[in-house]
Amino acid sequence: MTQVIEAPDIHQAIKQTVGSPFTHKPKISTRNVDVFYDDKQAIFDVSLDIGSHEVIALIGPSGCGKSTYLRCFNRMNDTIQSCRVTGEFRLEEEDIYARGMDPVLLRARIGMVFQKPNPFPKSIYDNVAYGPKLHGLASNRAELDEIVVSSLQKAGLYEEVKDRLNASGTGLSGGQQQRLCIARTIAVSPEVILMDEPASALDPIATATIEELIDELRQNYTIVIVTHSMQQAARVSQRTAYFHLGKLVEVGDTNQIFTNPQHQLTENYITGRFG
Amino acid sequence: MDTDLNLTQHISNRFNEELEEVRNLALNMGGLVEKQVSDGLKALLKAKSKLGEKVASSDYKVNAMEVDIDEQCTLILARRQPAASDLRLVMSIIKTITDLERIGDEAEQLGMYAIKLADDNIKPSQFVELRHLGEHVKEMLHDALDAFARMDVEAALQTIEASSTLKEEYDAISRQLILQMMEDPRQIKNALRVHWCARSLERIGDHCENICEYVVYLVKGRDVRHVSIDEMKAELEE
Repeated sequence: MTQVIEAPDIHQAIKQTVGSPFTHKPKISTRNVDVFYDDKQAIFDVSLDIGSHEVIALIGPSGCGKSTYLRCFNRMNDTIQSCRVTGEFRLEEEDIYARGMDPVLLRARIGMVFQKPNPFPKSIYDNVAYGPKLHGLASNRAELDEIVVSSLQKAGLYEEVKDRLNASGTGLSGGQQQRLCIARTIAVSPEVILMDEPASALDPIATATIEELIDELRQNYTIVIVTHSMQQAARVSQRTAYFHLGKLVEVGDTNQIFTNPQHQLTENYITGRFG
Repeated sequence: MDTDLNLTQHISNRFNEELEEVRNLALNMGGLVEKQVSDGLKALLKAKSKLGEKVASSDYKVNAMEVDIDEQCTLILARRQPAASDLRLVMSIIKTITDLERIGDEAEQLGMYAIKLADDNIKPSQFVELRHLGEHVKEMLHDALDAFARMDVEAALQTIEASSTLKEEYDAISRQLILQMMEDPRQIKNALRVHWCARSLERIGDHCENICEYVVYLVKGRDVRHVSIDEMKAELEE
């Protein structure tokens, strides 16, 4: 993720983002974002809006910075000593990087689902109840029960686990574990869900379930998804952003990006060409 | 910025080959159809009923090619899930071969009427006006296939523009044949046959226009069907 390839000629080819990076009334807006790992620059002057209740897919080759950029949204990069983020990140009007912004509260509002399902070694119930307890979202057991059940329902997992809520979360199948992680994320009522390759470790059936879920979650949440699967990006997202060597090359309506991209680098990537 | 339609630069060599192969098959089919049209016209205008029979009985080759190319395209879609220009290429091939197959059908008609007219001893000098229309259509088909082979939007637009004279010629032939029929009702049968031939030629022109529209879609990613040539140009200039 931290690898940055030097290629001055390609940097020349990406002078500015092609397409429409800005939206009306964005949920999250980012402006002139640079990210450095020590003195290596990983993200170059990226400006992009995330619209409310949209699924936006970030695609690009390995090392292009899409995960680095995604992790900036809820300040996951704060934990990396060498990482320095400059530029503007706003969640509606609030500055995400303001001094007064508590990262723990921020991460409740901007949740994250990772590539490998990472349930806590606790019961299914406790996995989902952990966040609401931490943030004091339930004042009694009945309220907590309701949050757990409704989160599992929204994640499309409840029917499969309702009889064994006290069983360990790690005993579930990979696809179920991932949906458990999604349930855990939505239990604290986030506004935005970040997904870093949420289905890349899953089989096609579990993948299809997750994709179906993403589409349903869009009703209530804004979703930013990083994916290596172009077909997945084409299926689940409304907008697609293509990153290359730390730059945002092109952003546009997903249908347009996959049928008629405007930048040669985007074209080369999604058609599997050298370039 | 326009993106390059380079078929041979995929990471997967096999994919390069598959696309190249299906494109070549479509071009071969175009060549075969062009020959069919040319032979059909020759049979008609030179009263060669043998050649007419050959054209009428060769249409199965065109049909078989259509089926084969369709199958290749289906396999590419299933195996490769092409995107962007690759997807547009496969889509335009699928659509182009449908029009080519129909052009083949019209050529078959020309062959059949060539037989009937020759059998009735109708001299080609009696329908010399078809020659002019026929030459135009042949030229248009050639240009359309050329634009497709070279993925040349300019040539495609010029070919679409040329189709308006074709329609004028067809209308003129229609009027002339109506006059003939009114003057001498005994000629109605053969005048109708000639009219069907003119109609077939005019239809071929329409199919050529479609093929040119797919070329624009393939190269520019813009769907320019069902719009006037001026609107087309305006849209492409955007």
